[in-house]
Amino acid sequence: MSSSITHLQYLESEAIYILRETAAQFGKPAMLFSGGKDSIVMAWLARKAFHPAHLPFPLLHIDTGHNFPEAIEYRDWFVKEVKATLVVGSVQKSIDEGRAVEEKGHNASRNKLQTVTLLDTIEQHEFDACLGGGRRDEEKARAKERFFSHRDEFGQWDPKNQRPELWNIFNGRKNFGEHFRVFPLSNWTEMDVWQYIRQENIPLPNLYFSHQRRVIERHGQFLDAETGFVQLLDEEKSRIKEMTVRFRTVGDATCTGAVLSDASTIDDVVAEVAAARQTERGTRADDRRSETAMEDRKKEGYF
Amino acid sequence: MDLLVNPTESSLLRFTTAGSVDDGKSTLIGRLLYDSKSIFEDQLLAVEESSKRRGDEHVNLALLTDGLRAEREQGITIDVAYRYFATPKRKFIIADTPGHIQYTRNMVTGASTADLAIILVDARHGVVEQTRRHTFLASLLRIEQIVLAINKMDLVEFSEARYNEILADFEQFRGSLENKVNVTVIPMSALNGDNVVDRSANMPWFTGKPLLEHLESVQVHVGESEGTARFPVQWVIRPQSDEYHDFRGFAGRVASGTFKVGDEVTAYPAGMNTRITGIHTLEGAKEEAIPSLSYSITLANEIDISRGDLITKADEPPQHSPHIDAMICWFTEKPLKPRGKFYLRHTTRTVRASVPDLLYKVNISTMERVPGPTEFGLNDIGCIRLRCASPLFFDPYNTNRTTGSFILVDEQTNNTVAAGMILRAVGDESIKSTDEFAI
Repeated sequence: MSSSITHLQYLESEAIYILRETAAQFGKPAMLFSGGKDSIVMAWLARKAFHPAHLPFPLLHIDTGHNFPEAIEYRDWFVKEVKATLVVGSVQKSIDEGRAVEEKGHNASRNKLQTVTLLDTIEQHEFDACLGGGRRDEEKARAKERFFSHRDEFGQWDPKNQRPELWNIFNGRKNFGEHFRVFPLSNWTEMDVWQYIRQENIPLPNLYFSHQRRVIERHGQFLDAETGFVQLLDEEKSRIKEMTVRFRTVGDATCTGAVLSDASTIDDVVAEVAAARQTERGTRADDRRSETAMEDRKKEGYF
Repeated sequence: MDLLVNPTESSLLRFTTAGSVDDGKSTLIGRLLYDSKSIFEDQLLAVEESSKRRGDEHVNLALLTDGLRAEREQGITIDVAYRYFATPKRKFIIADTPGHIQYTRNMVTGASTADLAIILVDARHGVVEQTRRHTFLASLLRIEQIVLAINKMDLVEFSEARYNEILADFEQFRGSLENKVNVTVIPMSALNGDNVVDRSANMPWFTGKPLLEHLESVQVHVGESEGTARFPVQWVIRPQSDEYHDFRGFAGRVASGTFKVGDEVTAYPAGMNTRITGIHTLEGAKEEAIPSLSYSITLANEIDISRGDLITKADEPPQHSPHIDAMICWFTEKPLKPRGKFYLRHTTRTVRASVPDLLYKVNISTMERVPGPTEFGLNDIGCIRLRCASPLFFDPYNTNRTTGSFILVDEQTNNTVAAGMILRAVGDESIKSTDEFAI
């Protein structure tokens, strides 16, 4: 690479390259879009990749039903703004149809159930590639992930038998019924994402900036007590406090922890991320279930 | 340390690490991440807990990179792991590749996108067969810079004499290589942090830079901006809207060289000449397109151009032929035999290809050629002849890593079964055979 370009220029161009390869190599791709910052950056890059044409694929939201309203508002605004098509896969529907079974107990989350809905939606719409905003720096199993990641007909990932990726040549050949997950932001770090958001002035849901929120503290994390999706223990109900917080990641409300923060502007957030001593997924209850929680979920077909 | 990397100034360095089992690669990476404060508390806590559970004496920094269950259980790195860190001066992407002999393909994979390779040597064992293999592979893939990291110096009493001995061994081996490689030698102890980030007080005799300082300052010029201008077309943008009714943009990423508006260009395989009328991005029109960045280009004439085509400057034609000789690394258990048929992916183009002839294998420990192989097995490296269903428009890998590289895809399994580096068109003997190892 030329040393005359910045790391953000390099990462942007690499992601655009992957997005165009995906459009070119697959018959019916879709882009996973949750209203979280990584998927927003990915969709932003897709506009760049195909300008002045519209996105050559729909946005796909796997809706757990446990959303922060701000994320849904943002999603709908964004879809209109870029004139994209939105496909929604509903976890509630999967539960109603008996395809997925709700977890029980106060740590219950629909995080794992998303896999069922995701795979069903992929099959129903015959998507052969799903673009995701996953990054290798997020989690140790993701560090082993490919840009073009093969999934067998059951949607499974086989980390020990992945296709090698050399230079910038990507192999998306597959048999009928198989599909690919494609990760254009593979080489980005959390810091890169924030620096890019700042550089590009990308609007974000206000969840990412400091705000007042009613939360409860559980296992050292601040969980939302406002949307009503987190099942509270009786003793927790008396401990609800209003705090100044923001979210470092935005996912399902039941497993996304907030951090105490006064960072109200993008510059504040970049400074905070730079000084952070915890990974962003440190606020994710879904990764804390075991040492290899992410690997185990990914093998089954998770994002 | 100020971690607020200034994105308008900081460049990116991609490097790969290689070493034998237990040379301390993962420990070195863990050390770089740890000492540059790129490891987070929760990651460290998790590693400390795992180390304790496993009964390790020290915090086992290798667990930071060995993410998969099987790796953690067996204490080995199975696959290429990518890691990221930044200093105020630079951003880094590390491809951590396993040293086991059976994982040559992973080293080739990691090396294909790297500008620099760190090759680890255990100070007690010195230059071993693996060192020669790794150096050979790094030079075969045309990595510009090599760092020979002489690790575990603490186990040889930080001896300058031992360091000189290893250096002499390596120089002798390097002398047997035909092409020049830039090598920087650094004695260190990754476990204790000597000469990784901070200068070691234990080795005052060493006057060079510690590793991180070297990584921050080393110049890599892939020479792409000076090279011949190459633009493989990925996708044709046709908006089908009133506003952009006649817009037909050829989307791609500049592989090398620079294109300017007004440049006379040729599109292959059509071989038709035309002129660049516009270089487009979402931010607006640009005057020039520079290497590594992505654009869409509009042209003066209506020429039939589609994905897989190559746009070059009119006076810088690529080589072209359906018959090529190439160095390959074979990636799968199922051996390559003469007459094998594949899909060949070269830049954005895919063609059917068969292998009429296996020319020779290379013993990567001695670098000797073994002529007349009957097959290539997993991790074998050597030269083959390829016959493509239609011509490739290429540059030798020696001069262009993007337009000189390809992969072979198995027709039945769809797996990527080989990495290839084009030497020349068959019949073109203008390139001397001694150049082909590119060392």
